[in-house]
Amino acid sequence: MRAPAPRYAVNDGVIDAATAALGASLLDAQDKVGEVTLTVTRDGLIDAMLALKDTPGLEYQQLMEIAGVDYPARPERFDVCYHLLSLTRNNRLRVRVTTDEDTPVPSVTAIWPVAGWLEREVYDMYGVLFDGNADLRRILTDYGFRGHPQRKDFPLTGFVELRYSEEAKRVVYEPVQLAQDFRSFDFMSPWEGAQYVLPGDEKAPAPPPQPQAKGAPSPITAADAAKAPTPPSEDVEPEGDEPKTTESPAQTGAGKADPGNRPADKPVDPDVPSPDAGEGKKQ
Amino acid sequence: MAEYLDELADRTDAADPAQGDVEIQNYTINFGPQHPAAHGVLRLVMELDGEIIERIDPHVGLLHRGTEKLIEYKTYTQALPYMDRLDYCSPLCMEHSFVLAVEKLLDLEVPLRAQYLRVFFAELTRICNHMLNLGSHVMDVGAMTPNLWMFEIREDCLGFFERMSGARMHHNYLRPGGVHQDVPLKLLTDIADWLDTRLPQLFGDAISLVAENRIFKQRNVDIAVVSREDAIRWGFSGPMIRAAGIPWDLRKSQPYDAYDRVQFDVPVGTKGDCYDRFMVRVEEVWQSARIMKQCLADMPEGPIASLDRKVVPPKRGEMKRSMEALIHHFKLYTEGFHVPAGEVYVATESPKGEFGIYLVSDGSNKPYRCKIRPTAFSHLQAMDFMSRGHMLADTTAILGAMDIVFGECDR
Repeated sequence: MRAPAPRYAVNDGVIDAATAALGASLLDAQDKVGEVTLTVTRDGLIDAMLALKDTPGLEYQQLMEIAGVDYPARPERFDVCYHLLSLTRNNRLRVRVTTDEDTPVPSVTAIWPVAGWLEREVYDMYGVLFDGNADLRRILTDYGFRGHPQRKDFPLTGFVELRYSEEAKRVVYEPVQLAQDFRSFDFMSPWEGAQYVLPGDEKAPAPPPQPQAKGAPSPITAADAAKAPTPPSEDVEPEGDEPKTTESPAQTGAGKADPGNRPADKPVDPDVPSPDAGEGKKQ
Repeated sequence: MAEYLDELADRTDAADPAQGDVEIQNYTINFGPQHPAAHGVLRLVMELDGEIIERIDPHVGLLHRGTEKLIEYKTYTQALPYMDRLDYCSPLCMEHSFVLAVEKLLDLEVPLRAQYLRVFFAELTRICNHMLNLGSHVMDVGAMTPNLWMFEIREDCLGFFERMSGARMHHNYLRPGGVHQDVPLKLLTDIADWLDTRLPQLFGDAISLVAENRIFKQRNVDIAVVSREDAIRWGFSGPMIRAAGIPWDLRKSQPYDAYDRVQFDVPVGTKGDCYDRFMVRVEEVWQSARIMKQCLADMPEGPIASLDRKVVPPKRGEMKRSMEALIHHFKLYTEGFHVPAGEVYVATESPKGEFGIYLVSDGSNKPYRCKIRPTAFSHLQAMDFMSRGHMLADTTAILGAMDIVFGECDR
């Protein structure tokens, strides 16, 4: 390894020792980029973790991190990666299980209590369920949040935005409205991995359809652009009332008994409860 | 009152003394989210029996900004500034984990001068971070003056950082392959003078006010004792695990950059209480100063970043004259570099503990997944068992000795 990354004890013999200790629950073992990854079955996770923790020669005492990863194309789309650390052998190990939205992963809170919050985070971000975690609440997102934001099909902008409403005297939630479209620049070179049609290439024979690239969605393709509805022509009169002007005092409402600034005159906002709604007024 | 006494007289019974006792219930209070001793936006739901803490449920996430999600939409170069905004008290140490992870996937060699510069400024960051934590810890338990003196040191550090990178807090200075730019010699000599004169004087004075102070000891000694076994089970790292008596320092046991070329000692606590955590950090400041002096003595001349032009952009002057350099500059600042597919978990010793980056690359110019392992998550989770049975006023001491910053905890 030429990079100056942390240098811990060599991984020689770890895979052999783990294969002997884990038996049938070990599905795959790899040593890549200087890090050992063991893939184990979901049902055998607890026994595997206990073996990794207690077997002499392995002795991974500490659980440092649980990370979820989402691969939407796979049938079991989620990876749950446990990062173990051995203080005595000065070595790190990654244990991976896969799961989907509905199948729970056994919780390791009985072995390492630190897993409580780490599992809560994976649940919050990906919706992976953990069987045996007594306190599987959301942890990082808002109270009452819906959805699992780290999933690849969750948009970066989210679905709701919130602001303080002066009328309601509280924070109100509204659907996200973007002042401009979300800009996703695809700087990938056209020769390697670009997913869009370059100007002038429309007449060339179309390449076979490719799956959506990982990461950011690609911009609109030429075929989609042709199918899009044409914008309305400009000679249509815009609808709406006369523009409100205040050129003379008569137009401002000055001197009138009811100048139009009472609470009852305000436009109705469906997200804001009316002042006389009673229940839930003061939250 | 007379009626009440009569009522009591009826209800009290010699055979059953419990009868007539006033029934009291535990009550629940909110500590935070806006509380000066919460060190940010922490909400603690505390169940109290009188003034004794029965249970604590920390609610975090009030500063959640979706950093990990945002990084998936940015190139590796663009993702780096997000690291500064995680733990804004020790920004360089956050960058350090990220650039080491990228370099590990790229298998990129880093010149020795760049490694020394990284270690040098990472240790300055450690001093800067500990000044904030030690000062606020002291202030949380009632002393004012040491905090003001330590903030003077912090101000000096921020001035040095400004001369290093142009920014006082969000440096964006470490880059995959090295550092962004070389530092002027005058800055290094100024820091050397500062290490010899101002730091020992100010810091020594500030600590002499509290280290042997009776009130400070009453507030910290034997508060929230954590055994070695608990420290391991709860995933402690950094000063928290060292205060529990385990000599575990990633700079020593898993050296990265130039840490295997410098000499330093790892301070260890004996009892695992808040006072030990405080004193471990005090000693770490002296050890950091020692490392910095060695860096100044040993730092070689040479390039400050890798010369691999497919990862590190050329210098600005070169870019103005050479067509090849201009092309590299343009490609690296628009498309960015591609990282080979793979996954790494790289953890470094940040001032607060083990700060890790789990980076999954799919071979493109953007990370497929960048999981950040915050130090605060495991420490704050232990808050419940650490403060159980202590008084309400001890909460601030326990929290202060944990050294938690919510930019990093909530991400």
